[in-house]
Amino acid sequence: MDLINKFFKDETSSKNRAVERLRLVLVHDRANVAPGLMEMLKEELIEVISKYMDIDEDTMEVTLSSGELSASLIANIPVKRIRR
Amino acid sequence: MSGKVIVVTSGKGGVGKTTTSANIGTGLAIRGRKVVLIDADIGLRNLDVVMGLENRIVFDLVNVVEKTCKIKQALIKDKRFNNLFLLPAAQTREKDAVKPDQMKELCDELRKEYDYIVIDCPAGIEQGFKNAIAGADQAIIITTPDVSAVRDADRIIGLLQANEIPAPHLIINRVRPQMVRKGDMMDIDDVNDILAIELLGVVPDDETIIVSTNRGEPSVMESSTKAGAAFRNIVARIEGEEVAFMSLDYDLGFFEKIGRLINNKK
Repeated sequence: MDLINKFFKDETSSKNRAVERLRLVLVHDRANVAPGLMEMLKEELIEVISKYMDIDEDTMEVTLSSGELSASLIANIPVKRIRR
Repeated sequence: MSGKVIVVTSGKGGVGKTTTSANIGTGLAIRGRKVVLIDADIGLRNLDVVMGLENRIVFDLVNVVEKTCKIKQALIKDKRFNNLFLLPAAQTREKDAVKPDQMKELCDELRKEYDYIVIDCPAGIEQGFKNAIAGADQAIIITTPDVSAVRDADRIIGLLQANEIPAPHLIINRVRPQMVRKGDMMDIDDVNDILAIELLGVVPDDETIIVSTNRGEPSVMESSTKAGAAFRNIVARIEGEEVAFMSLDYDLGFFEKIGRLINNKK
């Protein structure tokens, strides 16, 4: 099995994990936002939006992405139905 | 004539700042440049032992900025090169014994007479770091290919920018080609993509570094070693030469070669 892994490097090699984890932690470091803060933001967003729409909390995603000089907040919130 | 002030920094401790400073300074001296190495790590001086000059210290950096001695009195001439000098750190003082303004003044004084002033910065981002970068024209960031060192390097890049030190250059230290090949260590491209600053050099993990530190003789003097050759290339690039990056793909086994071919085609 080790030999097979050697021949066909899988995506879960420890190096890939390092790169993924670093990318994520640096987004927060660079924007000066603690990961816990994003969770709080997410919860409050759910609270506000739920007044108007029925949303899928399990699949919603709120992430911060940073470019060279700026950061942007990206929210992907699936709507189940609009409340009337 | 005005010399160049280069600070060697990393954020994280133990990644090879002092060894790199010693090798860059010595490498520049081999090329005939007049060089001063400054150990800015007050309280934890080590550049003296790495250079093998620990028995010659009389005065130190704090004596110089406090003006209890002249700069010339505190500079220790290297054993091997008479155009290479060390200004040692004080061992029994605090980091705040020197102020950024004093450091800047000292660098400006030294650059009148020397081609390069290489400053070995302490680990951390506190006063010692602020002092070390105060007089610098250029910064070299040392990292190793692991998550904590790269993260700290990223933080240092931000702090250097905030302090208006232009575009830092990167040295990736202690790369282990065999682990990279197995997918268990980030490679040069990974680190480069993440930090996005200009690459100055890559130094392979090499046991001879420990031997040369034991002896107090910088590796760069021995160009037959992998690390020594890497440092010579780095020094040439500092002097503006275009030197191709060394391939770390030496001694690939037969099966690994086949494995690579298959992986590349995937």
